[in-house]
Formats: sequence, structure tokens, C-alpha cells
Amino acid sequence: MSTDVSRGSRARHDAEPARRTPAPPAGDLIDSPRFQEAVKVALANQQQRANLRHATTTIRGKRARVVAELDNWQELRQAGEQIKTRVGRHMPDYLLQFEENFTKAGGVLHWARDAEEANRIVIDLVRQTGEDELVKVKSMVTQEIDMNEALEAAGIAAWETDLAELIVQLGHDRPSHILVPAIHRNRAEVREIFLEEMGRYGTPAPEGLDDEPAHLAAAARTHLRNKFMRAKVSTSGANFLVAETGSLVVVESEGNGRMCLTLPQTLISVVGIEKLVPTFDDLEVFLQLLPRSSTGERMNPYTSVWTGVTPGDGPQAIHLVLVDNGRTKALADPIGRAALRCIRCSACLNICPVYERAGGHAYGSVYPGPIGAILNPQLRGTASEVDRSLPFASSLCGACNEVCPVRIPISDLLVHERHKVVEAKKADPPHIPHTAEPQLIKAASWVMADHKHLEWAGLGTMMGSVVLGKMLGIEKFGAMPAPLSRWTSARDVPMLPEQTFRRWWKQNRGDQK
Amino acid sequence: MNAKDEILARVRMALRDVPTGEIEADAPIDWQYGQPVEVGDVLDIFAERVADYKAAVVRCSQAKVPEAIVQGLQAAKVTSVVVPPGLDDGWRQAITQSGMQLHVEQPEAPLTNTELNEIDAVVTAAAVGTAETGTIMLDHTADQGRRALTLVPDVHICVVRADQVVSGVPEAVARLKPAVLAGQPLTWISGGSATSDIELSRVEGVHGPRTLHVIIAE
Repeated sequence: MSTDVSRGSRARHDAEPARRTPAPPAGDLIDSPRFQEAVKVALANQQQRANLRHATTTIRGKRARVVAELDNWQELRQAGEQIKTRVGRHMPDYLLQFEENFTKAGGVLHWARDAEEANRIVIDLVRQTGEDELVKVKSMVTQEIDMNEALEAAGIAAWETDLAELIVQLGHDRPSHILVPAIHRNRAEVREIFLEEMGRYGTPAPEGLDDEPAHLAAAARTHLRNKFMRAKVSTSGANFLVAETGSLVVVESEGNGRMCLTLPQTLISVVGIEKLVPTFDDLEVFLQLLPRSSTGERMNPYTSVWTGVTPGDGPQAIHLVLVDNGRTKALADPIGRAALRCIRCSACLNICPVYERAGGHAYGSVYPGPIGAILNPQLRGTASEVDRSLPFASSLCGACNEVCPVRIPISDLLVHERHKVVEAKKADPPHIPHTAEPQLIKAASWVMADHKHLEWAGLGTMMGSVVLGKMLGIEKFGAMPAPLSRWTSARDVPMLPEQTFRRWWKQNRGDQK
Repeated sequence: MNAKDEILARVRMALRDVPTGEIEADAPIDWQYGQPVEVGDVLDIFAERVADYKAAVVRCSQAKVPEAIVQGLQAAKVTSVVVPPGLDDGWRQAITQSGMQLHVEQPEAPLTNTELNEIDAVVTAAAVGTAETGTIMLDHTADQGRRALTLVPDVHICVVRADQVVSGVPEAVARLKPAVLAGQPLTWISGGSATSDIELSRVEGVHGPRTLHVIIAE
């Protein structure tokens, strides 16, 4: 099928000769270092920090403007929360209802317990068509299961068609953001990648390409057009599955989604079981919440809804692979299951001061940012270093809670996941280095449990302040010995105040209620 | 156990703290569906919000629609046009009379992707227009045609009747539901294709039609 240069000049970067698509960085994400280690590399990358600061500042402003337009935004968020809570708590009913309606409409449903099973199903379905390549709509779950590499190993080329995913794929890179996977790249870097790589895998970038975003987008249009026209198979994810009608919904911007969903003969969608909504009517809530929260637009340019096979319109073979891959583990935690409400808008990433500085790669997963710091240990467990470190990748400032369109209490869940990591450490001390966290958390909970305890603790610090200040003649603490050195190496700690806030309030505002 | 049974068993095990069979009582939803939203003059806002996406917007009487279509096509400097089989006869004739090459899509002999890619423009009707978000919704019935028609050509001229324009997304979803229940696919279009993938600056014109021209027929 493929007649362009991708066959002729296989990846020169690679020692292995048989690759058809650009090779991503070596190694598995699960083997990533702890967040706190990885972040040191990320923080030293001045270019990436500048790119991220610019991008997240822009998107925060856009989101704030379009959210302010809706008087009933808080009611919409509550409805989003309630609908997704209903789905989570009654998932068997909605899974079976969806299956019945999707199948009735001519779709073929497949169930996959884990990533390996999902990839095997997709590979078999592609092989049955006799094709050896496909075009791909951006999809988080296919990143999660590392589908592209599984297909590559089976001799099937998966071409990313979303502009940012194309930048990541051609750049031999990994995504660093849910919505804008190439957010860590600026226009000059994108231009270089296009000039260097496009010709190896298809239509080359035009000579003299500059770094104007419109020209870069036009180069992507030209590069992918031929792939769209010849593709016989495509894969997608879905933003929503409608139980009542058996429909799938894909929300996108560029039209690459529409190309993949419409032009090929076979469409294979891979979707997590938590993507269900009960009724078509529920889309009125989510198609207001999602675009305003994610790209900061009143509405995204294109939304596609399809229900099985439509005779004479679009693919006549419609498959759906429903994926568990750890979701039922997350569902089994009555507190943690709130994270499955996530609609992957990325508002929590964009508002997060930690994400803005660290970038997505430090999270060692396709799900970065505050929601990733919860979802990854939930979906993957806490056996790996990176997953144990992620719940601590937060200052718990709580900004994410306020922007989440389905009101996931993100900082509460981070604390909950921290607790689970600490419990796991206690249960398995020989294998996991012990830290002071359990004792500190224990002490803090005693102080916080009762206002009398808090006052006593306050009295203690006041006395400590007077004594230490007199003894040392200083106003702040600088570097301290271990174990406090890890905290004070980058921070000065002010001298303890001479009176507590509670006492100050009593003296100065005691008459106010 | 097969994968379906095993996943369902895992889900049921995970939810053993949840009472079954009382969905509404267990997980209530306090939301009034299908309500209009307050936007002022629905047509004015629709026109304004479509234009916000840098799409061209023309308002005219029903009688002037054929003329407006031809003007739109001429402004886009197109020479070939495809239309769906159910498009209004008068609109079709106007295109033919303007001297442009017109292809009427025949469901029994559809154009190939490559043939469609050679055609400059497509003219269709719409199913619903949504004022608050400036969105055009297609349900791909006979006057809109199959999905590829409004995707591959680079210019899309779309005629929306005044009585198809609703206040906001909730009313639009309610109007579109019968088509979905009948198995029709939907495409929602808010401006021309666009991307914000490079430094989050919005660029109009990627894979979908780069020119969107909306005619509101009053």
C-alpha cells in the first residue's frame, strides 16, 4: 500500500532495520526515576520551562474568560460530577446497556482486561483487513497501552495525525501534556523536526519552511493528506460512550479526527470503560464543560458522534475495544474512585504550579500533572519508584480542585494516595526504604485533631521562639543538618513567631465573631 | 472466564459497597435538561459567535439564498462544487447557472476519496445552529450528505435557516436526539478547522475545510 518514502529510507536513527515509524525514546515509562529525581533534569531545561510558562499562562487566561461567560458554571460542574458518579457507581448496568445498543447498530464490541489483550485485539483486527498501516486519532488510552509500539512490533505502521502527536512522533519524543502533547516544544523546535523528519516518513516539509505556526500547520496538512486518502484502517479513542444510544463521541480541533473517523473502511476505537455517560442528553453538560475547560473555547471546532455503522456513510466495519487495564482497581477504592470521573480536559495541569515548572515528562507516564499523580498509582499500582513518588508531586495548593469540571477533589485524593503509599511502606519495610513521613503524619494528626492540642503546640513554638531567638541571635534559619537539609537546602525558614495567630486574634480581633 | 465476564465480575466486586438497582436514589442528578439559555437575540448572537471563529457570515432572506451561495463560491474563487443529493433545487440551479462545475453526489455511486479531494467546495444545509457557541450541527440527512462531503473539499458553504437556530447546547442536544436515535451520525462545526498545538496560539486551517462560509436564511 505504502508507496511513499517511508519504505525507502527507514529510520536512520535506528540500529534495528525493520522499523516503519519513528522510534520513541528507549525504555519503559514505568521504569522512570522518582518524580523528585526526574524533576531536577526538567528544571534545568530553561527552554522547556519558558515554553511551558508561556503555554500554560495563555491557556489559563483563555479558560478563565470563557468560563466567566456562563452564569451556571458551578451548576454545570455539579451536574458533571453527579452524572459521572452515577456511571461509576452503576457501571455494570451502563456497560451492558451500551453493549446492547452499540451491537444493535452494527458495531462489534471487544473486551480487554489489560494493555496486552487490547493490543492483541487491535493487531488481529488490522491483520484481518490485510493492511499494514493505519491512521490514528489522538487518544490517551492508546498511549497508555503503548499501542503504537505493539503495532510496530507486529509490522503495522500507526501514523499519528493530531498535529501535536505528529510533532511528538516525528521528534522521537514522548507526550508531555494530555491535550497538547508537544507543549514542551516551541515553534523553532517544531520547524526543525519537520524539516529533518517528514521526508523520511512521507511527504517532506516544503523547502524554506519558516517557524510561523500557520505555515507549520500547513506543512502538516500536506504531509498527512496522502496518508488520509489512502488509509483503509484507522484507530481512535472516544471522549464519551453513550449507553442509551450506543454512540461514540470524539471532540477535536483540526479535522484529522473527522478524516480518520470518516474516510477509512475499518474503524477500531479503543476506549476505557469509565468513558460512559448514561444518556445522549448528558452530552449537553459535558460538551459545555469540556471545551471551555480544555482549550478555553466556547466550543471546539469539530465534534463527531457516530452510532455503529451508517450505510453509505463512513467506515462499514466499526469495532470498539473496551479496556479495563487497572480501572476496576481504581473503582474498588470508594474514595479513590472519584478520579475515574476525569474527562481528560487538562485544566488541572494548566493551573498547577508544579506541572508548569516540572513539565510532563517528569511524571513518567502518559498522564502527567495533578490528575496523573493520582491516576498512575491507581491504574499501575505502587510497585514502581515513580508511581510511589507521584502522590508527593504536589504542594497541595488546591488550585486544581477549583478548575476541575467534574469536581474531583484532587488534593484530597493526593493525600489519600500518599496515605496508601505510606501504608504500603509500613507493610513492606525491607523492600521500601523507611522515611519519617508516617511519624510526621501521626504527629500532625494529633495536633490537628483537637483545638486544645493545637493551642498547646502553639505555646510550645512560642516558647521555642523566644529561647532560640535569644540563644542564637538570628531571625531566620538557613541550611540545617540532615534530615532537614533536604528541605532547607533551597529555602530559608523564618524564625518562629513570638505569638501564635490564635493568640494574636484573641488580642486584636477578640470582639469579632 | 472470558474477558467480558471477567471485567464485569471485577466491576461488581469493586462496587460491592454500592446498593444495586436503585440508580436514581443512589446517585441523583440535579440538572434540568434541555433548557434554553439566556443569550438575547438568538440570531444576532449566532451570527456574532460564528464570526468570532473567523468564519464568514451572511444574513439574507430565503429568496436571496441562491444568490448568496453563488457570491460565497465566487469569493472563494472555486471552480468545482459538490452538493448532497437532497439539496434545494433552486440552490443547485443557481450554482449551475453561475458556470461552475457542479457534481451532485449520488448515493449509489459515491465519489472516491481522491475524486472528492479534487473538488474545491461543498454546499450544504444544516440541522441545527447554536447561538451561544456559534456552532453548526449536521445530522447528515439528504440535504447535508455523508460526512466526507463536508470534510474533504477546502471550502464549505453552509446554509442555516433561522428556525433551526437555538439558544444553547442543551436545546441543540434535545433537537438532535431523534436523528441519533434513528442512527444518523452528527458533526458539530464551530468555525473552520483549527489547531492550538504550537505554543497554544490558534491557527485556522488544518485538515478540515479552511474556509467556512455560513449563510443565515431569515
